[in-house]
Amino acid sequence: MIELLVQAEPLFIDVLKILAILIPLLVCVAFLPLAERKILAYIQGRIGPNRVGPFGFFQPLADALKLLVKELILPAASNKVLFSIAPIVTLAPALAAWAVIPFDEGIVLADVNAGLLYLFAMTSLGVYGMLIAGWSSNSKYAFFGAMRGAAQTVSYEIAMGFALVGVVMSADSLNLTTMVMKQSGGIWHWYVVPMLPLFVVYFISAVAETNRTPFDIAECEAEIVAGYHVEYSGIAFALFFLAEYANIMLVSAIAVLLFWGGWLSPFQGIPLLEQTFSWVPGFCWFFAKTAFFVFVFIWMRGTFPRYRYDQLMRLGWKVLIPVTIVWIVLIGFAIELHLPPWYV
Amino acid sequence: MNILVPLVFYAFAAILVAASVMVIVSRNPVRGALFLILAFFCSAVLWLLLEAEFLALALIFVYVGAVMTLFLFVVMMLNIDKLPDQEGFVKFLPIGVLVMAVLVGLMIMVIGPHHFSLNTFASHQMHSSDYSNVAEVGDTLYTQYVMPFELAGMMLLVAIISSISLAHRVRRPNTRTQDIPTQIATHSEDQLIFANVDEKSDPFANVKIKKTKKRGRK
Repeated sequence: MIELLVQAEPLFIDVLKILAILIPLLVCVAFLPLAERKILAYIQGRIGPNRVGPFGFFQPLADALKLLVKELILPAASNKVLFSIAPIVTLAPALAAWAVIPFDEGIVLADVNAGLLYLFAMTSLGVYGMLIAGWSSNSKYAFFGAMRGAAQTVSYEIAMGFALVGVVMSADSLNLTTMVMKQSGGIWHWYVVPMLPLFVVYFISAVAETNRTPFDIAECEAEIVAGYHVEYSGIAFALFFLAEYANIMLVSAIAVLLFWGGWLSPFQGIPLLEQTFSWVPGFCWFFAKTAFFVFVFIWMRGTFPRYRYDQLMRLGWKVLIPVTIVWIVLIGFAIELHLPPWYV
Repeated sequence: MNILVPLVFYAFAAILVAASVMVIVSRNPVRGALFLILAFFCSAVLWLLLEAEFLALALIFVYVGAVMTLFLFVVMMLNIDKLPDQEGFVKFLPIGVLVMAVLVGLMIMVIGPHHFSLNTFASHQMHSSDYSNVAEVGDTLYTQYVMPFELAGMMLLVAIISSISLAHRVRRPNTRTQDIPTQIATHSEDQLIFANVDEKSDPFANVKIKKTKKRGRK
């Protein structure tokens, strides 16, 4: 019995670590809709939510309470089992992917060698929640939304994968900590400098993967009501919402880790500024950079109109994929020629 | 050895077998496809236990993430809710049993107890923590098996080109299709008329409508 407890001790510590990641993550995810509503309101010259608490700060709590006490409706002709597990299948990979994200040097739950592959596997699982939700609802609108979303996700995953191949070639590793450490030495060492086109492709694909405006044809309100989650109510609908925001934060964090130096300070290598900002811990930089990209997501929603379906497919297959292939070849040459300062 | 390893193995192996059986048994093709996805997922976990993380993750993002998505896509679109109830089950039973017997016999011959029991293999050694399965797979693929690997790549390329050429539609003369480059190249001046609205006169009297150039299609 004691032996079993001794063996269980590292497991217990792991559970604590998981909670230390999950709880702040879920708090961020809960307050992100408020941030989105506020930012969109200011973009459109409105005030946004301001009734619950100061500046509407407690609005997410009120929303959560409202969604919790609402009735859960199971459509009569739906596939009940699949209908119930779809929100879980959507949320679980979005949270599980955070296991390999390093927040600072050494602060990571699972420092696996194939970290990037794991991230990619988890983000590709997210599409099933959408497909299952759309199909099991037994509703035409939901089904259309799911079909559009699945086709879009599969198409943009290719461009995204190719964009990441460039980073893997440059870093010579799939481990996320190694990838960030390879970028140390100053802001000009960050991979966004030699791979700006790949970053742009990655970010566009990330917006498409998360089904956000201008690529939100999967939940296009004007055409198919709300897409794949049209039949969901109450807390089940909230789970889809949570998954969407967790995914936004995840793809922003991946962009920061792979292209923008992760937790590295932007003032590294600059004589006076480096000393001035040396007291800032790494995860603050990581958090600030991630927050900026999350802001860009919301900013884009307030700025761009929605893409039409055929334009979206054209962009993915005929523009983004060729761009990435050409740039991968160029990076191959740069690595062979040991182009300083990135490939020495 | 950690007590968790056998626990994880037996749990996922049991789910794998159950899911595989359900793939065959379930009437609804969509449910069958979903059970197949579950089976892939469980076998990926078993590969992870063998420290083959590259294969495990590649299985998830290639088969589960891409292939099965498209598969499910097609099956969901087909509108076949249920397969007909055991139609021809008795009629085809003798042939089925015969084929099964031959298959099982062959499998016993090839991977039977004397070729595939526990004492024919060395017990699995856990690698040290600096072992990278991804690097190992890469080294083997690009040195020892570089020819088959490149050949497989060429085959896939041929398959891509042939499927594109099959699906490619040449624009025929008398059909109306959207010409996307023209649509993107449109300018607001061609689409909008800015006019001063005057109560007395017709606002459009003096406005010259700039006509869009008609682009001829062959």
